[in-house]
Amino acid sequence: MDFWNVGFLVLLCAASVFSIGAVELGRHQPTERISGSAGDVLEDDPVGRLKVFVYELPSKYNKKILQKDPRCLTHMFAAEIFMHRFLLSSPVRTLNPEEADWFYTPVYTTCDLTPNGLPLPFKSPRMMRSAIQLISSNWPYWNRTEGADHFFVTPHDFGACFHYQEEKAIERGILPLLRRATLVQTFGQRNHVCLKEGSITIPPYAPPQKMHAHLIPDKTPRSIFVYFRGLFYDVGNDPEGGYYARGARAAVWENFKNNPLFDISTEHPTTYYEDMQRAVFCLCPLGWAPWSPRLVEAVIFGCIPVIIADDIVLPFADAIPWEEIGVFVDEKDVPQLDTILTSIPPEVILRKQRLLANPSMKQAMLFPQPAQPGDAFHQVLNGLARKLPHDRSVFLKPGEKVLNWTAGPVGDLKPW
Amino acid sequence: MKLSALQQSYLSRRSNSFRGPSPLDSSSDSTGKSPATTFWLLLHAACCLASLVLGFRFSRLVFLFFFSASSANLSAFRGGGGGGEISAPLLVHSSLAVNNPIVNLATPANRTSPAAGSRVMVGRHGIRVRPWPHPNPEEVMKAHRILERVQREQRALFGVKKVRTVIAVTPTHVRTFQKLHISGVMHSLMLVPYDVVWIVVEAGGVTNETASIVAKSGLRTFHVGFHHRMPISWDARHKLESRMRLHALRIVRKERLDGIVMFADDSNMHSMELFDEIQSVKWIGAVSVGILVHSAGVDESSSLQGEEEAPPMPVQGPACNATNNLIGWHTFNSLRYAGRSAVYIDDLEPVLPRKLEWAGFVLNSRLLWKDLDDKPDWIKDLEVLDGADEDIESPLSLLMDTSVVEPLGSCGRRVLLWWLRVEARTDSKFPAQWIIDPPLDITVPSKRTPWPDAPPQLPINEKVLFDTQQTTKHSTKTRTSRTRRTRSKRKHDAKVIGVQVSTHSEV
Repeated sequence: MDFWNVGFLVLLCAASVFSIGAVELGRHQPTERISGSAGDVLEDDPVGRLKVFVYELPSKYNKKILQKDPRCLTHMFAAEIFMHRFLLSSPVRTLNPEEADWFYTPVYTTCDLTPNGLPLPFKSPRMMRSAIQLISSNWPYWNRTEGADHFFVTPHDFGACFHYQEEKAIERGILPLLRRATLVQTFGQRNHVCLKEGSITIPPYAPPQKMHAHLIPDKTPRSIFVYFRGLFYDVGNDPEGGYYARGARAAVWENFKNNPLFDISTEHPTTYYEDMQRAVFCLCPLGWAPWSPRLVEAVIFGCIPVIIADDIVLPFADAIPWEEIGVFVDEKDVPQLDTILTSIPPEVILRKQRLLANPSMKQAMLFPQPAQPGDAFHQVLNGLARKLPHDRSVFLKPGEKVLNWTAGPVGDLKPW
Repeated sequence: MKLSALQQSYLSRRSNSFRGPSPLDSSSDSTGKSPATTFWLLLHAACCLASLVLGFRFSRLVFLFFFSASSANLSAFRGGGGGGEISAPLLVHSSLAVNNPIVNLATPANRTSPAAGSRVMVGRHGIRVRPWPHPNPEEVMKAHRILERVQREQRALFGVKKVRTVIAVTPTHVRTFQKLHISGVMHSLMLVPYDVVWIVVEAGGVTNETASIVAKSGLRTFHVGFHHRMPISWDARHKLESRMRLHALRIVRKERLDGIVMFADDSNMHSMELFDEIQSVKWIGAVSVGILVHSAGVDESSSLQGEEEAPPMPVQGPACNATNNLIGWHTFNSLRYAGRSAVYIDDLEPVLPRKLEWAGFVLNSRLLWKDLDDKPDWIKDLEVLDGADEDIESPLSLLMDTSVVEPLGSCGRRVLLWWLRVEARTDSKFPAQWIIDPPLDITVPSKRTPWPDAPPQLPINEKVLFDTQQTTKHSTKTRTSRTRRTRSKRKHDAKVIGVQVSTHSEV
């Protein structure tokens, strides 16, 4: 009996020591590593795990377009240009296409901007088609797999559906020629036509230097509960409301415009970035498309993102556990947003803030120039590396054709 | 095709906002003017006209009646964004199933899962507003508690690690400006995020006046009296204040208060960063004090003396070399004010500070304790100074070696508090505790009015008006006559007159 008593006491002491140790470690630490397989993946190094061959396309597909409109370097879709530049000088690049695992086609499809700065996607399908015709006729690698080991960056609103309007985009569907390729895009929504199985979702481009120039000291107390700046009604395109953001943004405004906890308005303050760093929650509702650069900004500034977009697929969802970092609110629950947010226990909020403070998390959302380890470029490469090795079935027998080159709207078949 | 006509209108509206080239290559290919196209265009025009009349988008309603299958889930809908008057049709209008069949027809093959699998549908949605869209006070309180918890965590992570109590020593006495000054200090101390002990030493003994102010602070206070009255010359006043501060230090020693002693003179202004900065002191530290001297008449004297140098920085504090070591002190240069400084409290000349003000120093309270083993040996014991209080001008006299002072505020480069002396005449009267009791009810008309010209006599009828309306009415040019009212009321009437005259003249 004594032996059992002693053993029980020892166990009790050990348990208490370990629990105290766990409590000590958990409290008052500024950052927390996303433990487990998901978080460690962020710090993987893709160099040595894959090889990428970059096709040499004539400059009318990339450089000339950029020269015509240098604004493409600063808008939300600039990732396609920076990805090209990164790959050209990256150690994963190989000049020998025989040993390449992935093939990249540098075609800037989103660089046709209106005077306002918004991209028009009307020529993009023809441009892409023309590029693919070029690579399939000059190199044998496209026909070898019909594009299954090629990847394309299509950062526009609805990805490779190449339209800004959702109904039209769904009607068009993904460009038939890209049916077997891997798409790297900002758009992600489950069970949607424009999200292909196996796509890699990336964050929209946000200029890193501009954001880092507006950092304020960490000890500035966070005194804003919920923060949002942006449109609630898109008066130009949807004056009655109900189309834009599926009515979710308008619902936020109508329910919470009188609420002192919600600092929401349509203004464009110069202190936007500083204010985000003084807020606990930042709303990231959908707009015309479900993704939003606010997610990137919220992560960089340590503000917990409140994502209001049904079925959205967030960037690098297989590497970043977004459920633990952000708060997901269904669009139908928007009228109860204040109840939802105030009923989150403070320990959970503190844990989310610790996860957000993790520098590898912030780094994974950015496209810095020049590239740094752990940034979004590397996460894309990690994603591509995780899809290796290619299944044997992607390699087609010679003469076997899967893609239909004449599919799609008639207008797409015109040469570019 | 009919879809395309409508979509085209929507498309053109979006491109209109883009102000870009018209979509020549859009997929809708209406090649010839087929009768079906014209029919649909005419129908669309008719619907647009109907919408203009009715105030909502009528054309979609047509499709609703053609395609409405099941009524989708209707949650509480708001009466539309634009035309809010017609709510009933809009309720039906917002059915989610409108465009779904169209979508299904268009892309049957590409969808791997059925449309019902996705919760998200394209098309017009309702704007959900709850019946009482106003904040719930309990939730607001919960949110504030969350914010407070978050800020506490932030302070723990990024703020000061080892938090010590702030012991503020304030010498004061009852005078006209006391409430002004001491309220400022009190509010600063109440905002300090650490524990505060406030030692208020009052010259002339404890009074209700001071006690009433200090009690409002909610802090732990020691309110003690000092048995001398405050003299009327600045020199003697500074000396007495030093003695009062030493008295307070004796209290710290007696009570064995643990924390950081700072000297919060009641007319100084402290920044919040000061309290964060002094937490890092080890034994004794010095901060830079901004000296604000009322500079009346100083400029003339300097130009008379022909000084070429720029006016010195009004800062007292530690001076450091490039490696952030203390090498000396910036003190107040009183030569510029030689012979022109205030002697008595109500003098017009500028009031000068001492060479080094007490306010610029902070001490670890353990330096004052009686028996402490690890007390450093360069501190004189307080009991040694009994009787010799007169010579203590700054805490440096308590040290045997002044090089141990730690410069705070990035080596004195940041000025964290300001010294200012503004006082009324020593014989000025003010209501006790600033409460007017009994209320003023006797008004004596003054012998001289502000308008020396006596106005002419009033005409009869306007005088009647005057009696009934209780205000004086005349033509614009003439002044008011003297009435048996207080001056303030007359001023009010003067304003009213201005308004009334204009209306009167219009009538």
